[in-house]
Amino acid sequence: MDGVHDMGGMDGFGKVEPESNEPVFHAPWEGRVMAMNRAMGAAGAWNIDMSRFSLESLPPVDYLGSTYYRKWFLGLERRLVALGFIGADEVAAGRALHPAKPLKRGNFKVDDVQRVMSRGSFTRPPQGPARYKPGDRVLAKNMHPKTHTRLPRYVRGHVGVIERVQGCHVYPDTSASGAGDNPQWLYTVIFDNQDLWGADADPTVKVSIEAFEPYLEPA
Amino acid sequence: MSNHSHDDHHGSELGEMQLRVRALETILTEKGYVDPKALDLIIEAYETKIGPHNGARVIAKAWVDPEFKQRLLHDGSATIATLGHVSRVGDHLVVVENTPQVHNMVVCTLCSCYPWEMLGLPPVWYKAAPYRSRAVRDPRGVLADFGVSLPKETEIRVWDSTAETRFIVLPMRPAGTDGWSEDRLAELVTRDSMIGTGLAKNP
Repeated sequence: MDGVHDMGGMDGFGKVEPESNEPVFHAPWEGRVMAMNRAMGAAGAWNIDMSRFSLESLPPVDYLGSTYYRKWFLGLERRLVALGFIGADEVAAGRALHPAKPLKRGNFKVDDVQRVMSRGSFTRPPQGPARYKPGDRVLAKNMHPKTHTRLPRYVRGHVGVIERVQGCHVYPDTSASGAGDNPQWLYTVIFDNQDLWGADADPTVKVSIEAFEPYLEPA
Repeated sequence: MSNHSHDDHHGSELGEMQLRVRALETILTEKGYVDPKALDLIIEAYETKIGPHNGARVIAKAWVDPEFKQRLLHDGSATIATLGHVSRVGDHLVVVENTPQVHNMVVCTLCSCYPWEMLGLPPVWYKAAPYRSRAVRDPRGVLADFGVSLPKETEIRVWDSTAETRFIVLPMRPAGTDGWSEDRLAELVTRDSMIGTGLAKNP
C-alpha cells in the first residue's frame, strides 16, 4: 500500500539523532511487547509479512506519532483481535473472558525460546528459472497495490541494473494476505542516485533495493 | 522517533503503555498462549546475550584471515555459521565490504529490517523517520549527523533492506593495528561501523 511507512526520500523529518549509551529497552513494557510479538509469531498466529502489513495499516497519525514499540503494541493488539485470538471485550476488561483459539504451532513455552533466537529461512524451491541475470537493465514497475508490497515508491518507474540474484524466497505480497508462499526470484537492483532524485542529487551515491521478480520488467 | 520527542512523550506514554501492555500480557497468559517465563527469557537474551559483539568478532576475523574474508563476502550466513561461538544465524546474511573507493550504508526505508542476530536489536534512530527517509537520498548528510565525513570522491552505496536479505558492513581495518589479536581488533568494531553510519575506531 502507498502508506506513510514508505518513507524513502521524504522530507521534513529532521536530523538523525543517535542517543549515546542507548538501552536496549527504554522501559520494561517495550521488552514485553517485543517478546509477546516474537512469541505469538513463533507460535504461528501470523507470518512476518502479515505483521508488517498490520503496522503499515495503522492510521497515519498513530504510525508517525508513536514510538517504535508503541507502534508494535498497537499492531499486536490489532492483529490479535482481528485474527480472533483475543476479543475486543477482553482488551477492554484486561483479562481473558473466552476460551483460547488453537495456535498453529501450539502455545509458546520456555522450550520454544531457542527457536526465536535466530531467523528462519525464507528460501523456497523456485517455480521456474530466474528471468534476470546480473547486468540486465530492469524497470521497477509503476505498481500501486492497496495491499502489502516491498517495492518502495521512490524506485517505481525507474530503471536499474541487476547486481545479484539472491535466490528464491517467500513472496511477501501474497504471503501477507495468507495466500501462501508463492516463491519468487529475488534480485539486488541498483539505481543511480541522479536517476532517482534528479540532476541536483549527489552523483557519488548509488542505491539498491531487494526486488522480487514480479516488481520488474525488462528495460 | 528522535531522542528529543521520545523524552517529551515518555512521561504520558509510560503510564498508558504500562497499563495496556500489562493487560495484554495478562490476557495472553490467562488464555495459555504464552508462558511469561518464556517472555522473560526472550527479553534477557536481547538485553544480555545478542548484541554487536557477535558482529564485531566476525569483522575482526575477516581482518586477520583473508580466506575467511573471501568466504564471508561470498556467503555470509554459511561462513558465519562455521564460527561455533557465534549464536545461530539465519540465512540471508550478506556482508558488504568498505574500501577506499566505496562506503556502504544499510537502511530499511519501509520498516526496521536489521541483522539482529549479529548486531542485537536496532537502535531507535535506525527505526525512525529521519534515517529511513534520508539515507537513500542524502547519505552524506546522514553521515554528517553522525560526525562522519568521507572524501568527496568516495562512492556511497546504500542498501535498502526491502526483503529478507540482511546486510552487515565490513568496515575498513584501522591503520596501526598490525599484529593485533582478533579480540583486540573486535574492540575497535563499533555497531555503527557495521551499519555504515560510522567507521571502526582508531587505536
